[in-house]
Amino acid sequence: MTPLDWAIAASAIALIAFVNWFFLGSKGPAVVAAAAAPGSVVDVIVLVEGGYTPSTVEVPAGSRVRLTFDRREDNPCSDEIVIPDFGIRKPLAAHARTSLEFTATPGRHEFSCGMGMLHGAIIGK
Amino acid sequence: MSGTAGTSGTPGTKIVLPVEGMTCAACQANVQHALTAAPGVAKAAVNLMTHEATVHYDPAATSPERLVAAINDTGYVSHVPTAGTASDDDERERTQAREYSALLTKAVVSLLLGAFAMITSMPLMSGGAHGAHSSDPLIAWTMRVLDPPIRRVWPALYAVDPTTLLFVLLATTTFVMAWAGRHFYVRAWKGLRHRTADMNTLIAIGTGAAYLYSVAATLAPELFATNGARADVYYEAVIIIIALVLLGNAMEARAKRNTTRALRQLAKLQPSTARVRRDNQDIDVAIAEVRTGDLVIVRPGERIPVDGVIRSGRGAVDESMLTGESIPVEKAPADRVIGATINSAGSLEIEATSIGASSVLARIVQLMKDAQGSQAPIQRLADRISAIFVPAVLSIAIATFALWMIVPGESSFASALTAMVAVLIIACPCAMGLAVPTAVMVASGRGASAGVLIKGGEPLERLAGVDTVVFDKTGTLTEGRPAVVDAQILGDRDRTLSLIAAVEARSEHPLAKAIVTYHPAEAGHRAVHRVDNLTALAGRGVLATVDGHHVIVGTQPLLDESKIDSSAFAGTLSAWTAKAHTVVLAAIDGKAVAAFAIADTLRPNAKIIVESLKRRGLRVVMLSGDRKATAEAIAHQAGIDEVIAEVLPDGKVNAIKSLQQGGHRVAMIGDGLNDAPALAQADIGMAMASGTDIAAEAASVTLMRSDLAGVEQAIVLARKTMQTMKQNLFWAFVYNVVGIPIAAGVLYPAFGILLSPILASAAMAFSSVSVVSNSLRLRGASLS
Repeated sequence: MTPLDWAIAASAIALIAFVNWFFLGSKGPAVVAAAAAPGSVVDVIVLVEGGYTPSTVEVPAGSRVRLTFDRREDNPCSDEIVIPDFGIRKPLAAHARTSLEFTATPGRHEFSCGMGMLHGAIIGK
Repeated sequence: MSGTAGTSGTPGTKIVLPVEGMTCAACQANVQHALTAAPGVAKAAVNLMTHEATVHYDPAATSPERLVAAINDTGYVSHVPTAGTASDDDERERTQAREYSALLTKAVVSLLLGAFAMITSMPLMSGGAHGAHSSDPLIAWTMRVLDPPIRRVWPALYAVDPTTLLFVLLATTTFVMAWAGRHFYVRAWKGLRHRTADMNTLIAIGTGAAYLYSVAATLAPELFATNGARADVYYEAVIIIIALVLLGNAMEARAKRNTTRALRQLAKLQPSTARVRRDNQDIDVAIAEVRTGDLVIVRPGERIPVDGVIRSGRGAVDESMLTGESIPVEKAPADRVIGATINSAGSLEIEATSIGASSVLARIVQLMKDAQGSQAPIQRLADRISAIFVPAVLSIAIATFALWMIVPGESSFASALTAMVAVLIIACPCAMGLAVPTAVMVASGRGASAGVLIKGGEPLERLAGVDTVVFDKTGTLTEGRPAVVDAQILGDRDRTLSLIAAVEARSEHPLAKAIVTYHPAEAGHRAVHRVDNLTALAGRGVLATVDGHHVIVGTQPLLDESKIDSSAFAGTLSAWTAKAHTVVLAAIDGKAVAAFAIADTLRPNAKIIVESLKRRGLRVVMLSGDRKATAEAIAHQAGIDEVIAEVLPDGKVNAIKSLQQGGHRVAMIGDGLNDAPALAQADIGMAMASGTDIAAEAASVTLMRSDLAGVEQAIVLARKTMQTMKQNLFWAFVYNVVGIPIAAGVLYPAFGILLSPILASAAMAFSSVSVVSNSLRLRGASLS
């Protein structure tokens, strides 16, 4: 192998490491949401545009959560939302808000797009 | 929520809510005021004529449920528009249709431009100033074949300056990318900003890399010459890849729409108007205005608009759209009818019993929607792969490029790029994501059309794995109504039966009803005969005087007590008792004249279904609270060898448990009400829908048909669906596992095969379409 080959190999390995870190690594801390008044519904609004922002939301365990997805794109990859723990699979209309309500049990509840490519989570804490 | 739809111009969300009970402008103002004052409402308009409130609201501050509550607080009635009736579904469908035709147009135009680009680049390949030729093996081959004819037909093309041709290609490709392929790049970029990657990322990077390389080769060919590389271009490849991926997307979109066609057709069964009798006048009103208790008039051939009970008239009702039963059902006064079924003969007057969201049709539609949205456990594997799929493919693409650069031999920058692009383009995460949900959607639609409602992907999967089928006896295997199965009558048969029926017609006892029904001309007796001194002896029988004759109908002990000799029937009676039939005797004027054998009868096709289930390798068990002899008699008739009799309701749960402890996966078939605990305990509970009760809580499967065919159909459907899911997952998985290495060039060292990125894009488009098409095959699946 020539020095150029070594350089190519090293760059490739570095690039692969970067790609995996970039897409699979931790995406920042969870956003904490709370009810506006004690006992009322916890409102969480998640922006859907090339992914979920915020992607991880912490809510008080046992609280009633209204999760609103504000979908600002028509990319078919995000046209469904799935929350297996609550048995939810719902279409998200393009350029519109869609709300879901459920009671957040303790623990981490993953949500994803219909094909499991985009990910987020609600954490009951 | 299901009723929301975004509107441009007005902040927040718009919803149209029905408002019932408004009669004047004051009512209208009242509702409007209540809505405007409600928190989170930006604007509310109430229309008295259409009975609708249009509300613009902030979904972060309120919800349709709260808006409905605000209206209901005023004393007027509203509800959240239910799925299936809301215009939301129509809107979604229209949007999908628009998207499909836009995709198709883009795909076709791109394909034509791709063909144009191929012809334009002919002269370049045959040794222009750049010595450039396509690095895509498929294109290179096609060009070699097409070169001589094109050279003959259009010699002028070959006289054009190659640099000019390159710039024409550059312009065409840029146009296709910016117009037809724009969304790939926009979506990929948005994803990158959120550190997520999907199919768009792969296509954008794949075509983007090929494009940038070609642009560099066009603008600065000398750069390549000094490095000893060929200044190849990939313009045609980029255009055709985009065209094929778009074509695949369009086909996939259309196929996906077909997966929910059954559901849409079901929702459309609801008639929009009903003829209601008000103030002795029959008027046509919108279906939303029909109230419980309204008298609805249905003429022959019309669709019954609401669920109800027949008050007068007889008819034959075609319920096939909901139950899958092809023969119309005879209906008489006091019978229930279901909205959306067709009254094929006879005029009916129906009292509306349930309307709107509580109607059977609306509940079936909702059940199906929930089912189609549910997850199947088998999908978890696919989900785990999908989550890391794109980063993994990107990693493989990078490694492929590096290896092609490093490995000595025929490798070049061009081959490295070709292989990398092929890897990115061939990888198809969509096929994996579609494998299970499309099968669940099509299967639940197929089931509903046969009157089998399955509550989702998980029940389907569990049902497919069932090895033991447990039938409850009464009301499930049997009709649940005692009937005379045999009779012995002495003397004048007609007169005897007539006198007995006259007495029995006055009793509410189920056995009495069976005897009345047995007599062919039961209708006239109460009028014809004079019945006096009627005495009912609980559990034993009835005594009365009919037209002056002393009539006793009851058990043998009752006749014995009355010193009536019934020895004439002795032989018959012992035969009946052996069959576990219930025996009723009758005497007229102190002489025993008739004996009836009464039993709960098997449902018509019970024996056939049981046999058929056994042939499919299922163990069939009958569960009954009845005496062992009675239970065994029925089991024998049905062809069931295994009977668990004399069990109490909670004993049924234990019986199911013990079967499960024996390692069996058990499906329990019973009625939704009495058998609920056993249905819940079983791996799969199947409830026979009694009339209008379709969504039995404890059951995962509801059978709309009144016979047992649905049991077999449900199991066959589940097995076929499971098979389809497995085929889909296998195909999607193997496709990627085989396709990606070939694209990377593993076959090159041994066979010299390097996959064309164009072939890769065709394969990718084909793979997801084939998965959806495979699921669609379930639509026509035979369930018998």
